[in-house]
Amino acid sequence: MTYILKPRLHHPQLPTNSLGYTRRDYEGSVSTLCAGCGHDSISGAIIQACFELELPPHRVAKLSGIGCSSKTPDYFLGNSHGFNTVHGRMPSVLTGANLANRELIYLGVSGDGDSASIGLGQFAHAIRRGVNMLYIVENNGVYGLTKGQFSATSDKGSKSKRGVENHDSGIDMVSLALQMGATYVARSFSGDKAQLVPLIKAGLAHKGAAFIDCISPCVQFNNHNGSTKSFDYVREHNEAVNRLDVISHRDPIKVDYAPGQTVRVQQHDGSILSLHKLAELYNPNNRAQALGYLQARQARGQIVTGLLFVDPGAHDLHDSVGTVDTPLNQLTERELVPGQAALDRINAGFR
Amino acid sequence: MLQPVTPRVNDFVVKFANVNGSGSASANGLFARSILRMGVPVAARNIFPSNIQGLPTWYEVRITEAGYQGRRGGVDLMVAMNPQTWDRDLAEIEAGGYLFYDSTKPIPATRFRGDITVIGVPLTAMCNEAYELPRERQLFKNIIYVGALAALLGMDLQAIKGLIAEDFAGRQKLIDANFGALAKGYDYVTERMAPLPLQVRPADKVGDRIYVEGNEAAALGALYGGATVCAWYPITPSTSVAEAFMAHCATHRVDPETGKSRVAIIQGEDEIASIGIVVGAGWNGCRAFTCTSGPGVSLMTEFIGLSYFAEIPAVIFDVQRGGPSTGMPTRTQQADLISAAYASHGDTKHVMLLPADPHECFEMGALAFDLAERLQTTIFVMLDLDIGMNEWLVPPFKWDDTRKLDRGKVMTAEALEAGADFGRYKDVDGDGIPFRTYPGTHPSLGGYFTRGTSRNPYARYSEEGAVYVDNMERLLRKFETAKSLIPPPIARPARRRTSDGVIYFGSTSAAMAEALEHLEAEGRDVDALRVRGFPFAAEVDAFIAAHDRVFVVEQNRDGQFRTLLMNEGGHDPAKLVAVLHYDGTPITARFIAGRIAGLMALAQTQAAE
Repeated sequence: MTYILKPRLHHPQLPTNSLGYTRRDYEGSVSTLCAGCGHDSISGAIIQACFELELPPHRVAKLSGIGCSSKTPDYFLGNSHGFNTVHGRMPSVLTGANLANRELIYLGVSGDGDSASIGLGQFAHAIRRGVNMLYIVENNGVYGLTKGQFSATSDKGSKSKRGVENHDSGIDMVSLALQMGATYVARSFSGDKAQLVPLIKAGLAHKGAAFIDCISPCVQFNNHNGSTKSFDYVREHNEAVNRLDVISHRDPIKVDYAPGQTVRVQQHDGSILSLHKLAELYNPNNRAQALGYLQARQARGQIVTGLLFVDPGAHDLHDSVGTVDTPLNQLTERELVPGQAALDRINAGFR
Repeated sequence: MLQPVTPRVNDFVVKFANVNGSGSASANGLFARSILRMGVPVAARNIFPSNIQGLPTWYEVRITEAGYQGRRGGVDLMVAMNPQTWDRDLAEIEAGGYLFYDSTKPIPATRFRGDITVIGVPLTAMCNEAYELPRERQLFKNIIYVGALAALLGMDLQAIKGLIAEDFAGRQKLIDANFGALAKGYDYVTERMAPLPLQVRPADKVGDRIYVEGNEAAALGALYGGATVCAWYPITPSTSVAEAFMAHCATHRVDPETGKSRVAIIQGEDEIASIGIVVGAGWNGCRAFTCTSGPGVSLMTEFIGLSYFAEIPAVIFDVQRGGPSTGMPTRTQQADLISAAYASHGDTKHVMLLPADPHECFEMGALAFDLAERLQTTIFVMLDLDIGMNEWLVPPFKWDDTRKLDRGKVMTAEALEAGADFGRYKDVDGDGIPFRTYPGTHPSLGGYFTRGTSRNPYARYSEEGAVYVDNMERLLRKFETAKSLIPPPIARPARRRTSDGVIYFGSTSAAMAEALEHLEAEGRDVDALRVRGFPFAAEVDAFIAAHDRVFVVEQNRDGQFRTLLMNEGGHDPAKLVAVLHYDGTPITARFIAGRIAGLMALAQTQAAE
């Protein structure tokens, strides 16, 4: 939430995408988060993903709740409309915004405090409605902005910076999203941009409720020994099930991996997800197996990352409601107001 | 010894005491609508429990050729069908009135009153003889008593049959069965009894008026007001707003070519999500509303504060019920005034519209969406259970086909391109209302970050004192602007010059109009002012200033409207005399006239001493 603007000047030879935008056109204000914060890496990954996807920046609406992570939409896509809503309630505001104009791309950014505690209900219900969005939880397992309290995703047995042990079970947002019917579910790590950028690209392109749980260490309050969300811990326990390449329908398909190791999935917008299997037997098209795999690996202390589930033919909330193709906010009197003749008939029904 | 009763035509009160879930509601409604079909106005009130089956429920029908829409008070004919409430139902009958009951089981003489006429019809015995199935026995019992009442009150049997035929159109078996039950009751009475001195006679006093519930009227207001997003959570007594909106949208909001919907109606997981969806849709350029009651408003307050401070259009239909807490969910009150007017933490004030009847629910329902977008804030439409869930006889709805939706100050891509200086929170016209842009308007201009934190006129975060104060003062200017946009109060001067005034609003209005006639007949002159919105127009302050004593009539314990008058207008509390009715039943003309006359007489006595 800064009012510091970046200087507009940039190098004349910065690469542009097909819309003529440079990467700088996807940036926002200067971040006011702590130096080294994982959230800033995620903002960078969002900028990279939007640039590579060649999205017109103003066609993205970015919404957030309250907390460190929810401040970040100010730091990317500076020409987009953003909405920093109220604590834990971003999912409902995003749902309403999405209903109003189905043509924009909706990016919800939240944290583990915002989405796993006060906002757990709204998170679950937005997912189960199939709101067409990418919902990113920047998960650091701690309340940063209020200086170091446990969050609901802190693992049982993990320790706070002051050495206090957490006795409550941690909420696994990925399992929850799978159970609630999310049609694109991934987990990543802010320290692995190579993994994260394609996951964001595919999530933005996905039709339906897409969710990424992005572990994002808090350098101030949750990066110590005893934390299960520190840079060192996550690097040691990261178990990536696949590597994703997103191939837009314009790009030629390159084959980098040995046959049998790659799964191709075509998304609703025509883009192709090319998934290189790292873990044997992992199938990202099976919700039940994904849940079982997560539980088993979690019991072994591993943090499973990668694209965990995708349903490329998913429906969204507009399909369920059956809304017209024209965005509702563009309908006029002519389509909306039935007029006096219809009112005469309505009146007659009350006599 | 029975007291003689003056025969009364088209002016008496019939009350039905039933058990809920017994199918009585449709039979009682049939009774009331048949009288309307005879050209005689009625005012009906449903008094029901928060329950689906087995608890007491009442339906009161005032037959009133004069067309009074308020409750009168008192009962002339009690149809006592519920043994649980027998004693209190009997007690409510006016001296010289009538009791209609099921005489299948003998009831000891001590359980009756000596000053009323008793009419017994063995309804249960008749049903047991005629019907096999328990459900049939129960349902047709209701139609049999309607037939019996028709005979007793001289009603037109054809009017009743016509309605039955319309209600069950295409289901001849049901029509025949209902006609049969109706005839059973009618014939039983005609063969054995004389008609009562309470009589319904055909008149031509209904005209083109419609008989409709306020909730349905509000839903139609939302339809005509161009609402395209409705998010709601079920809560008595507001649920039927959303249900009626769904039903009318199924007819009027379907694209004829594709069959797709021009509206999105979402049942939220709670009231918080519902208002969140409304705020999100309003932010993104839709006309959106929710409907709720007091407990829902309590839950929504954080978002209402966001709507106020971030300046996002939203419409809330608050169908008020008895509070506080869960209170009396199925009883009426006007007890959310303060919680709505000042909802949320910090300094906030919200616009309220105060409809008096379903006709105004429609008009103000549509207007609310224009105001929400013009003022970029939350607009409350304050119904109550009495208006919302009872059918009222009101003038038909009207719509001017040349009317345009007022989308308020929206800056377009063309204006931005032409170099307009866009500051999301900048007061460019002096009315406190800034311009907004819809998300996605322009590739590089007009984007801004919406937030509930303090910011400068260009929407950039700021906690600087002067910047904050400027913004808060602008919001006050905007609230001042609202005064010129809400419907003005309506004055009803007394015949003679008087220093007494009365202020009232909402569902009290019908009973108040009748009470003023009573007071006038007693020679008490009171100027009346019906207020239709908040913030209060200048006329309200002028009215109070012009009178020495102003009665403020409202349906809550603490005089919330009176508090608003004192708080906003700085009026002398001693001058504003509270007249309060808050037992959960709709206020009556008798109550208002009696209380005001009593207070006036008391003051006269005190002055004489």
